[in-house]
Amino acid sequence: MSGRKEVLKLDQLRVHFPVRGGVFRRAVGSCRAVDGVSLTIEKGQTFGLVGESGCGKSTLAKSIVGLVRPTSGSIYFKGKEVNPRSLTPDYRKSVQMVFQDPVESLNPRMTVGAIIEEPLLIHKVCSKHQRRQRVAKLLEQVGLAGNAADRYPFEFSGGQRQRIGVARALALEPELLLLDEPVSALDVSVQSQVLNLLMDLQSELNLTYFLIAHDLAVIRHISDVIAVMYLGKIVEVGYAADLYANPLHAYTKALLSSIPVPDPKVRKKRILIPGDVPSPINPPPGCAFGSRMNSPRYSMSVDQESKLEEVEPGHWVLACPCCVNL
Amino acid sequence: MSSEKECEVLLEVKDLSVSFASDGGEVEALDRISFAIKKGKNLGLVGESGCGKSVSAFSIMRLLPKPTGNITHGEIRFGAKDLLSLSTDDMRKVRGNEIGMIFQEPMNALNPVQKIGDQVAEVFLLHQNVSKSQAWQLAVDALSEVGIPAAETRALDYPHQLSGGMRQRVVIAMALACTPKLIIADEPTTALDVTVQAQILDLLQVLQKKKGSSILLITHDLGVVAETCDEVCVMYAGRIVERASTQVLFENPVHAYTRGLLSSIPRMDGIPKKKLTTIPGIVPPLSQLNQGCRFAPRSGLPHPEDALLSRPPFREIQPGHWVEACPVCAVR
Repeated sequence: MSGRKEVLKLDQLRVHFPVRGGVFRRAVGSCRAVDGVSLTIEKGQTFGLVGESGCGKSTLAKSIVGLVRPTSGSIYFKGKEVNPRSLTPDYRKSVQMVFQDPVESLNPRMTVGAIIEEPLLIHKVCSKHQRRQRVAKLLEQVGLAGNAADRYPFEFSGGQRQRIGVARALALEPELLLLDEPVSALDVSVQSQVLNLLMDLQSELNLTYFLIAHDLAVIRHISDVIAVMYLGKIVEVGYAADLYANPLHAYTKALLSSIPVPDPKVRKKRILIPGDVPSPINPPPGCAFGSRMNSPRYSMSVDQESKLEEVEPGHWVLACPCCVNL
Repeated sequence: MSSEKECEVLLEVKDLSVSFASDGGEVEALDRISFAIKKGKNLGLVGESGCGKSVSAFSIMRLLPKPTGNITHGEIRFGAKDLLSLSTDDMRKVRGNEIGMIFQEPMNALNPVQKIGDQVAEVFLLHQNVSKSQAWQLAVDALSEVGIPAAETRALDYPHQLSGGMRQRVVIAMALACTPKLIIADEPTTALDVTVQAQILDLLQVLQKKKGSSILLITHDLGVVAETCDEVCVMYAGRIVERASTQVLFENPVHAYTRGLLSSIPRMDGIPKKKLTTIPGIVPPLSQLNQGCRFAPRSGLPHPEDALLSRPPFREIQPGHWVEACPVCAVR
């Protein structure tokens, strides 16, 4: 893994939300949305993150861009530590986010031109005339007509709105783009258009992606490295090919087996996971997945803090005694 | 292939047209679609948003919004009944009793201020001659049948106390309460995670086997169709463009739209980072539909003028494989 330039590094990042109760709204507990996540993203890479809803994927992305303040842990951007309490303008420019819902993330009262221009205005990067040119260029880059700048978001379809969201994120020429479920609200035919656009932009502008998705086929298609998250923790990380060919954690195996395959001839055996993701407010002691699966070796994990272990180069797994056979 | 009795047609939709009144005049949401479901079989209805999948389901249930939505043409036969000519009271006896429906958003399909047990019991009270306490007991049984743990205490919960997957189980319990002959499932797993989706699909299949019902499954997920359906109808802009057994449709799609749809999904066995095939453009708005080939603007193929003017015939190109395609869009 050495030799290549790392763009983002997270070290034991935690985001705990206080749970308030009682007459004085005092904190009576905490919701461990992100619970000790460490990862490294290299330049030009697509880092994919998968997991079920409520596992902390979006909170993790929000804590990286500064929309949520981490409770503890550190974020390093290009080798330098970032202070989450006062993010530098440079960091804010270099790390941009594309949101999941293209309808809700665009202000309906602003024209598309104004939406894309806004980041340029906030960071005071160029003159009015240059801004216009930049907006026109961005619209062209994401495959929208130049006259789109004077129109309003409602005049566009879902796929086109997601392109507007991408154009806004690209306005400040970022290095790292956080994509939070960028295609999950789109139809399959439009989904493939947006995925192709993202792949084109990446090679054209040498971007680094941090992609969150719950569709494992989408993640596999465009990611270099994939991390699987469960209840605030990363349980397995590896190169896309390794992870899919040789999943080690029981959760990764179950997740992979539950994807419906668009081929009627394939009849595979599903590993059904009973129940739901446990609440991060009151997680079970020990391995959260083992307790959901009623694993016979669950009791072994109760008193033990599991750590990520490198099994083969670049392939890490949370070495929990009940979910992994090493 | 199978015995005579199994192939009996349960539901037949013939030349169904539905139009909606809008500011710009009447728009046609369904344009003479026909399909049939056999007893004990599953039919999948796939297509992009806005192609008329849900409108088809609502038409069968006669739940189209009044007065804007109207069935302008066609016939829906359910067993010996003609659903479109039934009185409102008679139709009410069919809904929930003979045809059950599973809605897409479990949160919106449940009443937020009623206990889930009461909501399921309501179905029994309406359709079966039972007392309140018997209905409650039946509801508890129905809830435990769909895999809700500790159903007796859970029946006292309100919908917001349950997770998405559990709520969908409640909706399924309601739909299956009276052992309907037909279950219409409108995107039953779209709002759920893959792991929960796997649980729900598994549950549906188990219950179907047990009760011998047929399922009309509406979805945009081709993977779900491949795993659960016997037959598939592909819809585009208010029409069924291709109908075949699941095996045939995935192996030998004929319509350019079906091909485009199948090749645009990223596959688990595909080559990573390879450009995906796309269908350019978007589904045309209902107010701008032409009479002829509706896929022409997105097909990327030059169409002669007469292909845009007259509707291509719905032809059976092989036994059981029907295609409605103009000569340009029919790839063979």
